Parts: sequence; C-alpha cells; structure tokens
Amino acid sequence: MITQLRILGKAGLDWLSVTGRSGFFVARSLCGIPNVRKGLPLLIKQLYAVGVLSLPIIIVSGLFIGMVMSLQGYSILVDYGSEQAVGQMVSLSLVRELGPVVTALLFAGRAGSSLTAEIGLMKATEQITSLEMLGVDPLRYVMAPRLLAGFIALPLLTLIFNVVGIWGGALVAVDWLGVYDGSFWANMQAATDFREDVLNGTIKSIAFALVVTWIAVFQGHDLVPTSEGIGRATTKTVVYSSLAVLGLDFILTAVMFGDF
Amino acid sequence: MQSDTANIIEIRGLRFSRGDRVIFDGVDMDISRGKITAIMGPSGTGKTTLMRLITGQIRPDAGTILVDGENISSLSRNDLYRVRRKMGMLFQSGALFTDRTVYENVAFPLREHTNFTESMIRDLVLMKLHAVGLRGARDMLPSELSGGMTRRAALARTIALDPQMVFYDEPFAGQDPIGMGVLLQLIKLLNTALGLTSVVVSHDIHETASIADSLYVLSEGKVIGKGAPQELMSSESSMVAQFMNGKPDGPVPFHYPAQDYLDDLLGGGAV
Repeated sequence: MITQLRILGKAGLDWLSVTGRSGFFVARSLCGIPNVRKGLPLLIKQLYAVGVLSLPIIIVSGLFIGMVMSLQGYSILVDYGSEQAVGQMVSLSLVRELGPVVTALLFAGRAGSSLTAEIGLMKATEQITSLEMLGVDPLRYVMAPRLLAGFIALPLLTLIFNVVGIWGGALVAVDWLGVYDGSFWANMQAATDFREDVLNGTIKSIAFALVVTWIAVFQGHDLVPTSEGIGRATTKTVVYSSLAVLGLDFILTAVMFGDF
Repeated sequence: MQSDTANIIEIRGLRFSRGDRVIFDGVDMDISRGKITAIMGPSGTGKTTLMRLITGQIRPDAGTILVDGENISSLSRNDLYRVRRKMGMLFQSGALFTDRTVYENVAFPLREHTNFTESMIRDLVLMKLHAVGLRGARDMLPSELSGGMTRRAALARTIALDPQMVFYDEPFAGQDPIGMGVLLQLIKLLNTALGLTSVVVSHDIHETASIADSLYVLSEGKVIGKGAPQELMSSESSMVAQFMNGKPDGPVPFHYPAQDYLDDLLGGGAV
C-alpha cells in the first residue's frame, strides 16, 4: 500500500516537474525583445519547413475527407429526399470538428515528429552545446523560431484543409451525384455562421497549434541524446500530441457548443 | 573585470557528483595564461565533465571556478554568455551546423556577435580558414568533409571571434597519423600566434605531452599528478607511472573486481 502510494507520489512529482520545466522552457524561449533582423529569416525558414512542406499531405487529406463525407452524407440524406443539405453537413462538420482535429493530428505526425527528431539530432551532435559556447542562446536561436512557426502554420493549414475539404465535397455531391449546386451552396452559406462556426473552429486550431508545437519542441529539447532517446521522444511527440488534441477538442467543444 | 594574474583559470575545492557517483572530490587546478595545459586521465574520469564545468555548461556541487577573475558558477545567464565570448571550444564531433557550408559555419559567430560588413566578414572568414588550411573547402557542406577536415573547420569557427582561451575536447580521437600531426601543429601554432591559452583534454599521452607546457592527471575524482610532461613521465607515483607508460595492470587493475577466479570456475552457479 505504502509502496503504491510512493510510486503514485513519485509519478505525480515527475509529471509536475516536467510540466514546470516545459513551461519555463517556452517562457524563456519566447519572452524578451525579438531581434527582427536576425529572427525573421530563421522564422521564414521554419515556416517553410513545417508549413509549406506540410501542404501536400494536408491538401490531399482534406480533399478525400470532404469527398468521403459528401458521399456518406448523400447516401443517408437521399432516403429522406433532403440531399441538398449535404452542403451544410460537409461544411459544419469540417469547420467545427474535422478540420481542426485532423489537421492537428496530421501536423503532429508530419511536422511535430520532424521537429523533435531534428532538435534531438542537433543535441546529439553537440550543435546545441556548440551554439551555447559560441555565446548564442539556443532557446532563442533554435527553439523560438520553431515554436512560432508551428503556432502560425497550423491555423493556416486548418483553413486550407477546410476550404479544400468543402471543395472536395462539392465535387462529389454536385459534379458527380447531381445535387443542384444552387441549393448545395445556399444551404451551406445559410447554415454556417462566421462567429459560431468558423471563428470557433479557428480558435480550436490555435489551441491545438500551441499544444502540438509545444510538445514537439520540448520533447526534442528534453530528450536523452542517443539514437534510442531520439526514437522514443519522436514517438512520444506523436502519441502525446494526438491524445492532447483529442482531449482538448472535447473540452473546447463542450465550452463552445455545449450550451443547449 | 579583467585581471592580469598569471592564472586565467583557478579551480578550488571542486566537487561534482552525478546521482550517487562522485565525479570530482576536491579538485584544485591552475591553468596559466598563454600556456598549453593538458588534462589527462583514464576514460570515464570526467575530463569532458571538467571542461563543461569550466565553461559553465553545468554547475558544481561545491567549490569555485574562477575564469579570468569571475566565478563561473555564480554568474547570471547573460553574464555567462558574455564570459563565453572569451572562450572557444572544439568539440569531439566538431559540431558544425550541418545545414550550412564551411564558410557559413565560420561566419556564423561573426554575424551573430558583430556588425561587420559582408566584405569584412569575408576577409576574416578566409583568414581563419587559411590558418587551418581549408580556404579551398569553403563551399563544402560538413557532410562532405573527412573527420580531420571537420575538426579543422570547427577549429576555424572556434577562433573566429579571437577568444582568449580555447578548450579542445579529445582533439586527436579517431584521427589518422597525418590528421593528428596537423592538429598538433595547429594547436601549438595558434597558441603562439594568437596568444591563446589552450586546454587540451586527451588520453593520447605522447602526442599531448609533446606540445603541452604542463599536465594534470586525473583519476577517481582527484588530481593524482601535475607538472611538466618530463616530470610526470618519471613520476614516482605508481598510478601516474601506470597511466603515463600505458601499463595494462597496476593500481588501476586490469580485472574488474570479482570473486576469486578458481572459486568462480569450480564453485558452480550452473547456468
């Protein structure tokens, strides 16, 4: 009994200490006056690495998810003769839920894991220490641009995912299954509210961006610099960020759409 | 706070442990300005850890480390970065930034810490690269360099800001005889030409002894021998003699502690 309590206590303390360290880590990386002349090129490079290079997977996934939803929605709605409502079904589920969540999960797998592995390898090859020895703070030079790039890129990728998804839905419903395009778009526009749906979805994606990037960069910074350690940290990044995204999504949905 | 004492680094009563393992237990050390000091000792005695302590990457449990008159372990983060600009460190792996060319690697500290124009940076980078013989390799990426070239390119980056002291972490490990000869000559040459203080951590005894002005031998958390290389070679201490002459058995036993061999063989413990 005492042993179990002790194990529980130790786990709790460990968790608190990691959380505390990661909090200080983000604060130390981002607080202070940014040096625009030196920082901007670094930020742009990272935006390219985590944002632009994630575009193919985001666009392809968005397209197929929109198409599948449209197909599934049509097959159910057509029985009730209300297949014009497929537009609003696609747009609401994408904008409110699937867009932010699926983009964040894909982002964790594509960009988060590569952030962790890259920082981990820099640590293993002493590049981080060598920055310190050259009098350059690695938190400001390596971590801050990556954190900011993730914070900026994920919400934008989510918007692109939504747009492409809706377009994929229209492709299947209107161009293939023959839903009248006037009612497809008009129903969608009437049902989708900017503040209630688009804005809330974007807020979700911003929250996911903070969590996923934080986990990815911190795991890279905190790992044991061996090949085994890098592998473990990369796995942790994907697992923790996926769980965090799904958990956080439920809480945010309850707060945003829970008052009936 | 510039002081002109003879010792640029003074370590007093240094204690450091990692977990339950005591790495340093009361180490005192003086490193003279303008000289090459070598720190030697068997693997696992914490030579690299000592270097990390001196450069403030980790903090000691007790004791003081004065670098150019400043106590490294009590400095704030900003002061530490300021003091580190007087130091250069050559890592065992070179630690070049893998996404930049040799030229950009050497230019990096200059771009970060000075407001020099591009043409001044170019001149300085080429001078440093010329000093290590890699002016022709400026456009190569670190992945295209051989082990010896990587270390020389890293050395050029280390001296880019003209530090007062340079720390070499196992500079000869894994080098072929030519590469080793080049590095030995470079360390000696740079020390004289730039008026540096050099600290070399190594266990290549003869090579290091040939260029060092003084030697420290560490073992089991303590300094077991210090002095000029010649003195140590003929040391009376059996421990120092074993290390300096590379004898397989002595105070540092060849066998890891175990029960009696015969008992072990005959005593069963059938597997």
